[in-house]
Amino acid sequence: MSPDLSQTHPHGGPKLYAAVLAALLVLTGITVTSSYIDFGSPAVNVVIALVIASIKASLVALYFMHLRYDKPVLSVIFVGGLFFLGLLLMLTMIDAGSRDSVPSWNSKPPAGGPVAR
Amino acid sequence: MSRTAGEPFLQHHFATPEQQFEAGKIGMWLFLVTEILLFGGLFVGYGLMRSRNPAAFSEAHHHLDRILGLLNTVVLLVSSFTMVMAVHAARTDRRKRLIAFLALTLVFAGVFLGIKYIEYSHKFHEGLLPGKFYSHKGDTVPGQFQFFSFYFMMTGLHGIHILGGMGAILWVLRRSVQGHFSSRYYTPVDLVGLYWHLVDLIWIYLFPLLYLIR
Repeated sequence: MSPDLSQTHPHGGPKLYAAVLAALLVLTGITVTSSYIDFGSPAVNVVIALVIASIKASLVALYFMHLRYDKPVLSVIFVGGLFFLGLLLMLTMIDAGSRDSVPSWNSKPPAGGPVAR
Repeated sequence: MSRTAGEPFLQHHFATPEQQFEAGKIGMWLFLVTEILLFGGLFVGYGLMRSRNPAAFSEAHHHLDRILGLLNTVVLLVSSFTMVMAVHAARTDRRKRLIAFLALTLVFAGVFLGIKYIEYSHKFHEGLLPGKFYSHKGDTVPGQFQFFSFYFMMTGLHGIHILGGMGAILWVLRRSVQGHFSSRYYTPVDLVGLYWHLVDLIWIYLFPLLYLIR
């Protein structure tokens, strides 16, 4: 990962790709290990898992998908998509959180919908 | 149909091969964004239902085999590496390496689906199925069918993408053998690579969310 490597190979080379793969495998190991640790709340485990997954996804997008070396317009398209995904997630959660109750799978009469098991 | 001499792959509506390559990449990324939103709907639904039924999701995920999930994660990450090596081989005019790495990627994709088949067979056998098809007996926590609805929809849609990716890799592999690609023109290899990495990227999120719930 020396600086001159990216000069001769504007998209990175085998050494860089191997380093990225190694990092991805190490991060996978960390995710699995962290899932066995009790951080006090399951929500903390979810956040840690998602942060590590996002680091891995960034490595894949930046190096394997060349976003780091490509024209910025491609990153703009990618981040734009993530923005709309965030909007979908945020508005859904706001909507769900602003309701007193949402009919649950087991609150329906037995006639319709899935039956409680 | 005027084409520049020596650039038989250049379509007449592009001025240069570089412009054609860049346009292709923009198109591919726009498609990948629609894929992210397609899976995004499932991820949002998963988040909503899991936050409402944390106990059922936590209990249900114990039916998944973490070792097989981890194995598939490693297989897919390595296949992404072989794919980027294939793209690099195309860019540096090494045809034999290109063919070898594409074939390797295809093999890893097959291994992934093989492991998925073992997992699915086990779920089918146990009656761990989505929605009303759920027939697993002896549950202490009710509502576990919801987890399996998401499990099958998410990994199923992902599996279909793996199959599609294998078809695309097979196509560029065939064209590589026919000698269609060089450092001057390898757009299809690059674009199939982008698609393959996106499939890997989605699995990076699926693995902890489905297999590693605490």
